[in-house]
Amino acid sequence: MRAVGSVAVAVFRESVRDRVFYNLLLFAVLLVGASILIGQLTAGQDVKIIKDLGLAATSLFGLFIAIFVGIHLVSKEVDRRSVYPLFAKPIRRGEFILGKYFGLLLTLLANMAVMTVAMYGVLYFLSRGVPPQIQGAWDAPAMDPALLKAIALIYLNLAVVTAVALFFSTYSSPMLSAVFTLGVYVAGQFNADLKHFDAVVQSPAAIALARACYYVLPDFAKFDVKLAVVHGLPVSGSYLASTAAYAVMYIAALLFGAVVLFSRRDFK
Amino acid sequence: MATAAIRTRELSKDYHVGFWRPRPYRALDRLSIEVAPGDVFGFLGPNGAGKTTTLKLLMQLVFPTSGEAEILGRPAGDVAVRRRIGYLPENPYFYDHLTAEELLDYYGRLFGMSAADRRTRIPATLDRLGIGAERRLALRKFSKGMLQRVGLAQAVLNDPEVLFLDEPMSGLDPLGRRDVRALMLELRDQGRTIFFSSHILSDAEALCSQVAIVAKGRLAAAGRLTDLQEFAIQGWELVMAGVPAAALDRVRPRARRIVTVAGDRYVIDLPPDGRPEEMLRELAAAGATLVSLNPLRETLEDVFVRRVAQMGDGAREGK
Repeated sequence: MRAVGSVAVAVFRESVRDRVFYNLLLFAVLLVGASILIGQLTAGQDVKIIKDLGLAATSLFGLFIAIFVGIHLVSKEVDRRSVYPLFAKPIRRGEFILGKYFGLLLTLLANMAVMTVAMYGVLYFLSRGVPPQIQGAWDAPAMDPALLKAIALIYLNLAVVTAVALFFSTYSSPMLSAVFTLGVYVAGQFNADLKHFDAVVQSPAAIALARACYYVLPDFAKFDVKLAVVHGLPVSGSYLASTAAYAVMYIAALLFGAVVLFSRRDFK
Repeated sequence: MATAAIRTRELSKDYHVGFWRPRPYRALDRLSIEVAPGDVFGFLGPNGAGKTTTLKLLMQLVFPTSGEAEILGRPAGDVAVRRRIGYLPENPYFYDHLTAEELLDYYGRLFGMSAADRRTRIPATLDRLGIGAERRLALRKFSKGMLQRVGLAQAVLNDPEVLFLDEPMSGLDPLGRRDVRALMLELRDQGRTIFFSSHILSDAEALCSQVAIVAKGRLAAAGRLTDLQEFAIQGWELVMAGVPAAALDRVRPRARRIVTVAGDRYVIDLPPDGRPEEMLRELAAAGATLVSLNPLRETLEDVFVRRVAQMGDGAREGK
């Protein structure tokens, strides 16, 4: 465990020094700029737009980090041969993989925490001075705690994407890993459609293939409750729990695969 | 008998080359060596001989095709044994964004050193390797020679019982080489075992108690440098000045050849059993003075060249 923690802290430190957090500046500019531009809209609409924009940007920026940092996590160390002195130390290859994974999760967590605070800050300023009776007519309050549910699911979504990127990066080049991970991400958005593929095609082979893909690919649509939260629709605790359990199982399977592949790899 | 510090048995490694029709290329072929505790073991050979492959197999950075490797009586790759070893890879690379201090702190944590231990051990190790104020600079600003010193620092950080050094003199200037030699001798005097690979022959001759010579993936020779047939004395070169002509004529039948250097100074080439001390006494009694007396040996370079030539030029196909 100590080795996992040491590697995770090293990943976080590297992210900071590689200026991964500069994306936060862009996020802040985007959010503040948008709030000024849409300030002329009817009160309530602007809050909704900021919530939409804030959640979408949180998801998108996180996705960029998860994929483009994730694909380099392992391959960079192998290509630059920094694994040579590292694996002469008392650390198992599996611990290295887990440390890399949790380090990037820590980076994403810090990144998203700042974005969340920034979004709530902008929402606070937009709703300031709006009479309570007008706010009461909105779909959801400006400082809606339910936003945290959407953010938590975005985080879980990114945790799965990170595991996918890490899995590919244990045995393929960064370029291929990026293509594979993006492919899985896009396919995962439409995964629910694959389940009902038999309704639109006749071929048994195509149906079987679609069904196999449905079970193998992650179902990323599960993690998207942005629309519901922005419109004040309920997202139940049981839904959150079952989605979290799904994410944990999927991540565990990917990390297991990554550890098995990496543990057998020759560093030529 | 004490456990060997390092032992390999019939250790082989094939790599697969070619994309469409991969075929095995034997990088190391049935290497069996044993290094006793406290030895400075020189693992010598030209580039591409299999030295780095052997070190990677010992560090389990690659897995053997067949055979076994042990360090301190445990299989190579045993995590517990890695607490007791140090390794300097060839042309080491470390994390650009870290300073030398931070790098050693990271590795120190992996060794399970306490914070107090790291606070004392890290500066002491950096001092020992001559890394001064630059220890607080990012490693991306380090020269190749300085990186090599950082590599050595991380290799000795845990006070290892066995040290593996892959081309430790690579990239160092003469001062750096001297420092590394001094460090290796200091570690040897502390009873550490050192296994180092090199194609620089003078380093091996100055440091090693035992050597193994590899060429084309195979063990070509092993043993004490002085015991190896290749390094047996092949003759003597006696240089004398002021030799009278009569004395020179008396010794001429016992010499392989005599060359005049200048005036009355001569180089007398004697066979291995030519008893140079007797000839020296005889010529000195006739009024000559000694300039030098040297044994003639084949150099490691000659051995490399000959061994490689003997092994032929064919590609190394795996078995």
